[in-house]
Amino acid sequence: MTPMDFLLLTKGPLFSLAIAIFALGILIRLFEIFALGRAHNYAAARGNEVIPGLKTMYRRFNPDPGTFQRSTFDVVVGTLWHVGFVIALLLFIPHIELIKSTLGVSWPGLPNPVVDAVTAITLLGLVAVLIHRLTHPVKRFLSTPQDYLIWAVTFLPVLTGYLAYHRLINPYPLALGMHILSAEIFLIVLPFTKLTHIFTAFVARYYNGAIFGRKGIQS
Amino acid sequence: MATSKTLGESLRQHGVSRRGFLKFCAATASMMALPPSMAPAIAQALEKARRPSVIWLSFQECTGCTESLTRSFSPTVENLIFDVISLDYHHTLQAAAGDAAEHAREQAMNSNAGEYLVVVDGSLPGPKANPGYSTIAGISNYDMLMDTIDGAAAVVAVGTCAAFGGLPKADPNPTGAVSVQDLVKDKPVINVSGCPPVPMVITGVLAQFLTFGTIPELDEYGRPRAFFGQSIHDRCYRRPFYDKGKFAESFDDEGAKAGWCLYRLGCKGPMTYNACATMKWNGGASWPVEAGYPCLGCSEPDFWDAGGFYKALSVPTGSPGDVLLTAGAVGAAVGVGAGLMSRNQGKQAAKHHDKVTADQLEEKL
Repeated sequence: MTPMDFLLLTKGPLFSLAIAIFALGILIRLFEIFALGRAHNYAAARGNEVIPGLKTMYRRFNPDPGTFQRSTFDVVVGTLWHVGFVIALLLFIPHIELIKSTLGVSWPGLPNPVVDAVTAITLLGLVAVLIHRLTHPVKRFLSTPQDYLIWAVTFLPVLTGYLAYHRLINPYPLALGMHILSAEIFLIVLPFTKLTHIFTAFVARYYNGAIFGRKGIQS
Repeated sequence: MATSKTLGESLRQHGVSRRGFLKFCAATASMMALPPSMAPAIAQALEKARRPSVIWLSFQECTGCTESLTRSFSPTVENLIFDVISLDYHHTLQAAAGDAAEHAREQAMNSNAGEYLVVVDGSLPGPKANPGYSTIAGISNYDMLMDTIDGAAAVVAVGTCAAFGGLPKADPNPTGAVSVQDLVKDKPVINVSGCPPVPMVITGVLAQFLTFGTIPELDEYGRPRAFFGQSIHDRCYRRPFYDKGKFAESFDDEGAKAGWCLYRLGCKGPMTYNACATMKWNGGASWPVEAGYPCLGCSEPDFWDAGGFYKALSVPTGSPGDVLLTAGAVGAAVGVGAGLMSRNQGKQAAKHHDKVTADQLEEKL
């Protein structure tokens, strides 16, 4: 197989396969959650559910002071690489072109050097959180093999993307193919691991906010 | 016989000055990434070189490669170098026709056995394909190639069709076309890809062969690294716009007029390795990207099937939108089904739930 065959395989059939597994898996999960609903609450409602629910979806981005003091590293580095990952994913022009061709929607991107710098920070952040996980006794005790798996499938697309952009692997079709393949692995693994938090975190936040809102208290 | 004249004698006869010849040698040295001190060595080798016999086989091709070579470089030294090669067989350029033409090929093979160069342009129906798809003088392309390369010193596959199969091999490949390197295993094959290749690259490869009598350093696709070592993207004069994130969105918008990057219009420069951006075309006049047209990636294998010419490199080749929609719809339906089933299970369980009073519990204790 030549590097070009590899690139065409990852850009064509493998991408379709990955996106099919991703869509199937994540929507089964989400719609199952929605269809299950929540237990009926017989108590009289003291407040609105929807608005506090939506507010909480946003408010949980801000860590409460206690959490920040207890786990400064997790909050700072965690936020840093999450934001970096999202910027690199959604604001890099070639990615926007891919999304436009798949979903039909597009938005303006960032200049490449900015995305490049953000990607470098994201990579360092991801390495730092792995080191922290391995060296922190409590974190290490709590970590399951799946935690290391999802770290790897998250790290690889960023790393291969960085290598492809800087053309550190030759020939380029091989570098790009490796990047696309690692993104496809990410998509396939996503619905069946903790990576579903990309979507379910917001569902959980909404339910949380809605429950508190109904009770008439701030979440 | 014409081949007995050396290249130096031939060039002087054509009115090429010593100075002009040395300038060409220096350019060749730099083109092949050799130190300038190699220029005299090249001059010496070329001076003494006998006109090597070249047999040019044209198979499933469009003659674009020959057009590229002959037309764009009219009175340059490169062209003369090519004139003084003994081109013994070439459909488009030879005067002979019919039996005489084939006889010229056989004669060249016999009198230069083991020394002649075979240049191939065009792909050819493979050994398993119907040979009738392409024949010359009643001989199938496959038989002619195998017969001709027998006594060849090396084979140069000129153009993407010869190097990788090109257009004839594009999906669904009706003629069972294969490339030269698919068939020639016991002779060195130099791929000079491009649709067509840059003329100077063809002459450069021949010059190297004449100078050193060796095959140039090749990349993983069998292409000379001196010309195919760098990507279009890395040498593109529009690269700063890519880096700044300034892209032409259509062929006539402000970005296109300002000469911004053509990535979004489908430029395949990042995956294409060729010398267009550095050597340019038509004697250095311009090249596709400079003319405002995205690189098609014509020097790469399977470029016809590598996604739409006007779709960005990162765009998948299939129809992922449809896949996403179908899989999404199925996923949503299955998800709702699973959710409702679980909910129903919960209700059934609640229905069959036996109520226990405190007294009953007391009794059990």
